Amino acid sequence: MTAPDRQMRLLIIEDDRESADYLAKAFREVGHVADLAGDGEEGLALAESGDYDVLVVDRMLPKRDGLSLIGVLREKDNRTPVLILSALGQVDDRIKGLRAGGDDYLPKPYSFAELLARVEVLSRRRGGPAEETVYRVGDLELDRLSHRVARGKDELTLQPREFRLLEYLMKHAGQVVTRTMLLENVWDYHFDPQTNVIDVHISRLRSKIDKGFDRPLLHTIRGAGYMIRDGIR
Amino acid sequence: MTAFGKLIRTTAFRLTLAYLLLFAFFAASLLGYFAWNTRRLITEQITSTVNAEISEISEIYGRRGLRGLVFTIENRALRPGSNLYLVTTPTGQAIAGNVGSLAPGVMATNGWSETVYRRLDDQDELDHRALVRVTELSNGFRLLIGRDLDERRRLFGIVAKAAQWSVLVVVVLGLGGGVFVARRVLRRIDAMTGTTQRIMAGDLSGRLPIGRSGDELDRLAENLNAMLERIEALMAGLKEVSDNIAHDLKTPLTRLRNRAEEALAKSRSESEYRAALERTIEESDGLIRTFNALLMIARAESGQARGDMDDFDAAEVANGIHELYEPLAEEDGMSLRVKTQPSPIHGNRELISQALANLVENAIKHGKPAPAQPGGTVISMDGRQIVIEARQEGDRVLLSVTDHGPGIPEADRQHVMERFVRLEASRTLPGSGLGLSLASAVATLHGGELRLGDARPGLVATLVLPALTGTGDRLATQTQDVPQKVA
Repeated sequence: MTAPDRQMRLLIIEDDRESADYLAKAFREVGHVADLAGDGEEGLALAESGDYDVLVVDRMLPKRDGLSLIGVLREKDNRTPVLILSALGQVDDRIKGLRAGGDDYLPKPYSFAELLARVEVLSRRRGGPAEETVYRVGDLELDRLSHRVARGKDELTLQPREFRLLEYLMKHAGQVVTRTMLLENVWDYHFDPQTNVIDVHISRLRSKIDKGFDRPLLHTIRGAGYMIRDGIR
Repeated sequence: MTAFGKLIRTTAFRLTLAYLLLFAFFAASLLGYFAWNTRRLITEQITSTVNAEISEISEIYGRRGLRGLVFTIENRALRPGSNLYLVTTPTGQAIAGNVGSLAPGVMATNGWSETVYRRLDDQDELDHRALVRVTELSNGFRLLIGRDLDERRRLFGIVAKAAQWSVLVVVVLGLGGGVFVARRVLRRIDAMTGTTQRIMAGDLSGRLPIGRSGDELDRLAENLNAMLERIEALMAGLKEVSDNIAHDLKTPLTRLRNRAEEALAKSRSESEYRAALERTIEESDGLIRTFNALLMIARAESGQARGDMDDFDAAEVANGIHELYEPLAEEDGMSLRVKTQPSPIHGNRELISQALANLVENAIKHGKPAPAQPGGTVISMDGRQIVIEARQEGDRVLLSVTDHGPGIPEADRQHVMERFVRLEASRTLPGSGLGLSLASAVATLHGGELRLGDARPGLVATLVLPALTGTGDRLATQTQDVPQKVA
C-alpha cells in the first residue's frame, strides 16, 4: 500500500502484546502514527491526554474492560471515534458494543485490510465536512436529494439498492470499503455470506457507471475491497 | 457435625423449640390465673363468713353481756371444725376460746391479718396458718374470730402440681415431636444432599428423590430435577459441539499447514510464494467462517439468542434476501423470484435472514437441473427457477426456498441437517456443510422446524415458524398495499 492521503494518529488498546505490536507495525507501515496501551487504565489515561483520530479498543482488557473505558470517555464528552475489537462476534455483543458508545465493531479474527479500511472511514467521519447533498467523483455526480446520478452528460438509471451502494462508496470516495462494510451499511446484514454476493452487485454497478468510459472510477483493491476514486492509484 | 448437633440445628427443630416455649408459657400463665382467682374466691368467702359471725357475736355481747359472750364462744369453740375463737380482757388475758398461741401483736391490732397459730387441743407441735379478724368490744374486751387456711393451701397445691405436670407433658411431647419432625426432614434433606453430591462429582444423570406427598420439599426436588435436566441437555450440546469442532477443524487446519509447508519447500519465485500465501489466507478465511457458523449454531441451539427478538414481517426478510441474491443467481444462469404475503412473526431477524440466505445459497449451488440426457426433454427456463416464498398458514409462517435441481433423496433428508454432513454429489462444490444445520438450529430456536420436501423435481426447504398472534393485524395492515407481490 502507498502512503495515505492523510496521516492518522491512532491509539491501540490491546493487552495481547503480539497482536498489539503487529497492529502498530502494520499501521506505521502504511504511514500512520500508532501508540500502544496494554491495559484499560493506561489506555484511558492516554486516550484522555492525547489527541487521537481513532481509538482501537479490545473488548476484554485487564484493569478496566473496553466497554467501561468507552463509557468513561463518552461521559467526559470525549468524542474520539472508537473501533471495538472483540473475540465475541455475535450480533448482540456487537449491539452492546455500539450502545456503550463504540462507533464500529470488528470481531476477531479480522484481516488487517478490513481493520484499516474501517479505521480510515472512522477518522474521516470525524474530520470530514458536513454531509453534502451532492457527491462528486471525477465526472460522476450523485444527488442525494433528487436521487439523480449522472456521469458527464449521461444520465444513469440505478435500482434503489444500486443507488445506496454507490452513495456509500462515494461518501467514502478515496477510501477502501470492504465487502463486510458494504453488507453492513448498505444491506444492514451482519452475517457472513459464503458466496461472493457483494462482488456481483459491484460488477452490476460498475457496468452502469464505468462501462463505455475511458477512466474507470470504481476500483477493486485486491485482498481488501473496493474504492471509488478519480484516477488510478 | 454430630448427628445430634445436626438435628438440633434443623429449622424444624428450632421452630418446635420456639413453639414449645410459647405453649409452656401459655399453659403456666393460664394455670397461674386460675390459681390466683381460686385463692381470691376462698379469701372472699372466709372474710364474709367471719364478718357475719363477728356481727352476730357482737350482738350477743351487747344483749347478754360478758357471760353470754363467754358462753357462746366456749360453746362454738368446742364444735368440731376449724373455726378459731379468742376473747381477751383489756389486759390481754385470754378468757375464752380455742386458740393456744398466736403470732405476737395480732391481738393488739384491729382488723384483718394472716397469722400462725396453735389450738389449745392440738396434739402436734405444728404451726398452722389462719386468716383472722380482731375487733374491740366495749369495756376493752377484744374478740378474735378466724378461719384456718389449710384448705386454701391444699387447693393451691393441687393447682401448682397440675401446672407442673402439664408443663412437663408439653415439654416432653413437644421435644419428642420436634425430634421426630426434624429427623424426618433431615433424612430427606440428607438424601437430597447425597444425590447432589453425586451429581456434583460428575454424574449428571442423577435425579433427586421425589416423595408422594407433594409437599414443599417435593416441589423443590421437582424444580431442581427440571433444572438438572436442562443442564444435562446443555452439557450434552456443548460436548457435541466441542467434539465436532475438534474433529472438523483439524482437517482444514492440517490442510493449511501442509500448504504452508509445501510452499516453504518448493516455492522458487516470489510469485509462487505470493500465490501460496494468498491460498493460505483464503483457507484460513474459510476456517474462520466455519468457526463462526459453528458458534452461531451453538448459540442458537442453547437459546442464548432469545434475548434479541422482536416482531417483524417475514415477507420483508424474504424480499431482502431476494434483493441480495438475485444478481448472483442470474450470474449463475438461474432466476430467483420471490412471492410474499404478510407473515408476521416474533423472532431474531438477523438469524432468520441468515437461515434463509443459507437456503438460497444452497439452492443456487445445488439446485441446477441435471444436464439433459440424450433424448430427454429439454430443460425449460422454469427448471432454472428458484422461488423464495413467505406465507402464513394458520398459526405458522412458512419461509420456503424451492429449486428444481436433483433434490435430496428422502432417506438423506434428516441426515443432511446434521453438522458437517455433505452429500456425495456436492462434495466437489465449496461449502462447509453447516448451512442447513444453522437453518435448522434457527428454526428450533424459534419453536419451529426446518422441513425438507420434494418439489418434483427438486428440493423445497421450508422454515416453519410460529406466526405472531394477537398483534398480527398491525403488521398485516402495514403490508396491505402489496398483498401478493410477485417479483
